Amino acid sequence: MVKVMFRDKEWELRAGMTVRDAILKVGLDPQAVLAVRDGKLINEATILRRGDVIRLVAVMSAG
Amino acid sequence: MKCKKCGGVAVINMRHHRLALCAEHFVEWFISYTQRAIEKYRMFGDDDQLLVAVSGGKDSLALWDVLSQLGYRADGLYISLGIGGDDGYSAASQLKAEAFAEARGLTLQVVDVKQTYGQSIQELARTTRRGRKPCALCGLVKRHVMNRVAYEGGYDAIATGHNLDDEAAILMQNALHWQTGYLARQAPVLPSTHPRLARKVKPFVRLYERETAAYAIVRGIDYIYDECPHAVGSKTIFYKTLLNQLESRSPGAKLSFYLSFLQAKREGLLSVQEEALKLNDCRRCGQPTTAPGLCAFCRLWEQRVGDHG
Repeated sequence: MVKVMFRDKEWELRAGMTVRDAILKVGLDPQAVLAVRDGKLINEATILRRGDVIRLVAVMSAG
Repeated sequence: MKCKKCGGVAVINMRHHRLALCAEHFVEWFISYTQRAIEKYRMFGDDDQLLVAVSGGKDSLALWDVLSQLGYRADGLYISLGIGGDDGYSAASQLKAEAFAEARGLTLQVVDVKQTYGQSIQELARTTRRGRKPCALCGLVKRHVMNRVAYEGGYDAIATGHNLDDEAAILMQNALHWQTGYLARQAPVLPSTHPRLARKVKPFVRLYERETAAYAIVRGIDYIYDECPHAVGSKTIFYKTLLNQLESRSPGAKLSFYLSFLQAKREGLLSVQEEALKLNDCRRCGQPTTAPGLCAFCRLWEQRVGDHG
């Protein structure tokens, strides 16, 4: 499984899907978040591996 | 997904530019793209002394980082509004800004609104009966402080971290209401119209918010992730969400929307008759004001009722 975290929420998703699919799966907009794994930015086409912990970072601010 | 420049693993794919880049080449591209905007809109030159309005968020810290790397003389200004009390949002943001400056040996000026003027922004909203949301006051107070510090410090321009998403959201909001006055004034550079009103520049005006966030992450900039508590449900967020839906269906829509607007302005399609405003000196603070007597900032402090602490 893959753990996906965003703010105070967490989801367990199956490995093998892309970052983009994972973002959509948890109901977020791929335009509005970035994915970080082990402190490094990863692109939306990255395939998630078993055991990955992904932190989603909101990019939107009120300006 | 591979980096278009070196074939390494890409960290970001910018669909509107059809460009995927690795961390190293993204940073290189980002800095160069910012420099091109500075030159294109003639924002400032090598000899100008800049004051960067720093909030502790991703955009302003990324901007300060880029300007420093480009070799510009850029000091920071953090305005503490007192949101959330002693350990709340403002305090946490200030810590981020101070840590950033200290780690890089940069000069940060801090203006604490409560210490300087007597009340935090939240207290001011209450005592001037503006309701719980101090957002309208926040802009007024920040503009006043930025102009004052820039004038007193002899800075040539105030640089803010406004990005393309910020500008596109403001544009959408103003266009939906045909706010021609605001539309006429929306630009990457707001020239100085008075010695006490510094030039305002927005070097990130062509960069997506997603890119400024990516830059901050890749550069290891420790910024405040939390949004201002008063921003929850704000109109700006609403318009940004709408624009992102458009962007998903049509990559580049946000960039095109904003750049087409600038082009239309250049061609005079949105020009409005603006009378040359006569500016008076505020009799209390000396900053220019269209109204005789007190400026909007000083009037605000006069309007306080019940608590003049």
